[in-house]
Amino acid sequence: MYKLLLCVRYLKTRYIALACIISVMLGVATMIVVNSVMAGFTTEMRDRLHNFLADIVIESRGTAGIEDAEKQMERVKSAAGQYIAAMTPTIEIPGMMTFTDPWSGETYTAPVQIQGIDPAGKAQVGPLQDYLDSYNPLLEDGTEVRPALRSREEPLGWELTDEGEKHFRMVQERNRLLLEDRQTESGSTAEPKPSEDAPVFDSEPAAEGDAVVAAPATTDEATMSTASDEGVNAEALFNSDHPDSHEPAVPLEARIYLGEGLVSFMARNPETGRQQKIMMVQPGDNVILSTITSGTPPDVTKFQATVVDTFRSGMNEYDSSIVLMNLDSLQKYRGMHLRNAISSIHIRLTDYSHAPRVLAALEQAFPPGMVNIRTWEEKQGMLLSAVEVETAILNVLLFLIIAVAGFGILAIFYMIVVEKTRDIGILKSLGASSGGVMSIFLSYGLGLGITGSAAGVFIGLLFVEYINEIEDVLSWVTGRKVFDEKIYFFLEIPTHVNPWMVISVAAGAIAIAVLASILPARRAARLHPVRALRFE
Amino acid sequence: MAEILKMTQPLITAEAVSRSYLKGQHQVPVLRGVCLSAARGEFVSVIGQSGSGKSTLLHIMGLLDSPDVGEVLLGGSRIDNLNPAARDQLRNHVFGFIFQFYHLLPELSLLENVMTPLMIRHSIFGFWKRRHEIRHAALSILQQTGLEHRLKHRPAELSGGEMQRGAIARALVGRPEILLADEPTGNLDAETGAGIMDLLNRLNQDQGLTIIMVTHDNAIAATAHRSVQLVQGRIQPAEVETSQDTQQRRRA
Ligand SMILES: Nc1ncnc2c1ncn2[C@@H]1O[C@H](COP(=O)(O)OP(=O)(O)OP(=O)(O)O)[C@@H](O)[C@H]1O
Ligand SMILES: [Mg+2]
Repeated sequence: MYKLLLCVRYLKTRYIALACIISVMLGVATMIVVNSVMAGFTTEMRDRLHNFLADIVIESRGTAGIEDAEKQMERVKSAAGQYIAAMTPTIEIPGMMTFTDPWSGETYTAPVQIQGIDPAGKAQVGPLQDYLDSYNPLLEDGTEVRPALRSREEPLGWELTDEGEKHFRMVQERNRLLLEDRQTESGSTAEPKPSEDAPVFDSEPAAEGDAVVAAPATTDEATMSTASDEGVNAEALFNSDHPDSHEPAVPLEARIYLGEGLVSFMARNPETGRQQKIMMVQPGDNVILSTITSGTPPDVTKFQATVVDTFRSGMNEYDSSIVLMNLDSLQKYRGMHLRNAISSIHIRLTDYSHAPRVLAALEQAFPPGMVNIRTWEEKQGMLLSAVEVETAILNVLLFLIIAVAGFGILAIFYMIVVEKTRDIGILKSLGASSGGVMSIFLSYGLGLGITGSAAGVFIGLLFVEYINEIEDVLSWVTGRKVFDEKIYFFLEIPTHVNPWMVISVAAGAIAIAVLASILPARRAARLHPVRALRFE
Repeated sequence: MAEILKMTQPLITAEAVSRSYLKGQHQVPVLRGVCLSAARGEFVSVIGQSGSGKSTLLHIMGLLDSPDVGEVLLGGSRIDNLNPAARDQLRNHVFGFIFQFYHLLPELSLLENVMTPLMIRHSIFGFWKRRHEIRHAALSILQQTGLEHRLKHRPAELSGGEMQRGAIARALVGRPEILLADEPTGNLDAETGAGIMDLLNRLNQDQGLTIIMVTHDNAIAATAHRSVQLVQGRIQPAEVETSQDTQQRRRA
């Protein structure tokens, strides 16, 4: 009984104990906050990876692909049909994309991953609609600056929006004029016609007329020089009708959704001083894609494609490399249409927990060596395990913080034991056992650990709950954005509180507090009563 | 003195107790074969100069320390070689300690201080069951010592005399058989000291408490039934003294 009483009294009367409690509290709170945010980011990242990849992917081993998409999908359905919610055929092939930056007039070529998809099918295995620019309102700093261009009910397809159509026609018109200019005043530099271009460009922010107008000319030249003798006639594709004709041009057969990161960059707006996203290519523009055909040996193929939309999945790796294209055109350009060949089938399961069973069933269904069948986790194994390792290392480091708090407790307890030496002698003269004296200090450590952990859990959870508000305040105080959603593609800081994490962090902190009090407690217990009583 | 009780068998005996301390390289003997015993209900005072080893002797008899050589007997059986748990039990049940500097626990109120020996004696559960009984015992002891109006005070808020009476109350609450007092008046003025001595004498007479008191003040020692002197590590048994006898001997 005296143990408890003294322990409580020591806690109450020693303000130095507050230092221990605070250090434990801070350690626990930090661990909970960091773990929750890390878990939030990881969960979000996994979701994004997963959403783009579907649950299970069947891939052909070579670039030629697997023939007869319908038959293969039939095969999948008969093997594991009851577990499958949706599947869609896809062609995945690396390639290059060439486009012109209207701001600088320069032509860029970037490596891309071309994915031929059927948008309706793709939308069934992942949330494609959420990613497409035209289906979502444009947000800037959390406020809507442009409503969604298409309603959610409108089925996914390869049609341009009205804005895209307008832009497309404007570009065609400009090209036609430039071409006319060049034909009539041969030798002289193509002089832009401000009178005709001006009204269109007024709508663009900070557009410099010269650069913008010069751009199509370069594209034109690039197109003509690169894709001349191929099956793709640049001029014919560019202006599907005769240059002299005044009929509206028709968008090209090849249509693409562009990963936003491929054609955008962040720049400071000189007027507002804000970081702004600048798009170098927008719906209605044409770009040149080059890739290889499916023959052996493969030939290089080049073709033009009209950008229908841009997408942003939030995974930077995808957004800055993937070009989604209409499957039939890609098949045609790659010479796969006759055999209806595809390179992979994306499958969404009704319940992801069935994955191992489905995997096994599919392995049986396909001839050995024909395809790779993997879950999205296996496909992204490197990235996922890297994140896991990162989290583990971070946890170890953070636990060291609590260990530091533990040494603080040790030092402070030692001080308290020294200070209480005579009291320990008195207790022993009154018949207290060594074990009893020891348990005073052990329960003191336990009390500190529990109080500190409880306070830490409380503060940590509070912090996690209001992390976005706290971020706002911090941004306001420091004058710069602490968490820039444009970098992370998160509107809010994602958090995920795992109750087991909270419990184990709190338990770990309590254990450390008790461990740290063992040494001082043992010292107290071993004090010789007379020496303790004589202690000055 | 007239009221000397019939003493048959001594209650507590220190037999040929020797104790030396290591000072640097040298063994410095403090006690060299001390023999001291007290019968049940006897009030023995031990006088000696500062540093003569009085406290050491008391600690050994109260099982706070162990003799190098010699034995401590309680009711005829040896207790100085018992295991720690048994020694703890004996300290709690049989002995009551009073110190020169009171040694109350500063974090506890007077009442809590007085209850400490009983808290040590009982487990939490046992204490909870007997809490009224224990509180009552502590209150009645505090009443006897005249401290019933100071229950909630911290030791720092009490006077020296009050603290010493509190310490006596604490020593008595567990109903010990032997009270070991180490200069209980050493830090108090004469009047307050006399009050403490009155209290000890009363306890001795009314309850038959065995008291061994250490002091260097002959006048205080004279109030005991029997007084012995500790000189050069040995006990010089002295006949029962009065205060006059003490003065005479000092002159001699
Ligand atoms: N732990 C120790 N180490 C070394 N010497 C010690 C130790 N404890 C006590 N002594 C010595 O033993 C001797 C006796 O000490 P003790 O406290 O018993 O004397 P005392 O008679 O009680 O004196 P006082 O009247 O001043 O209280 C002293 O000389 C002291 O220096
Ligand atoms: Mg002494």
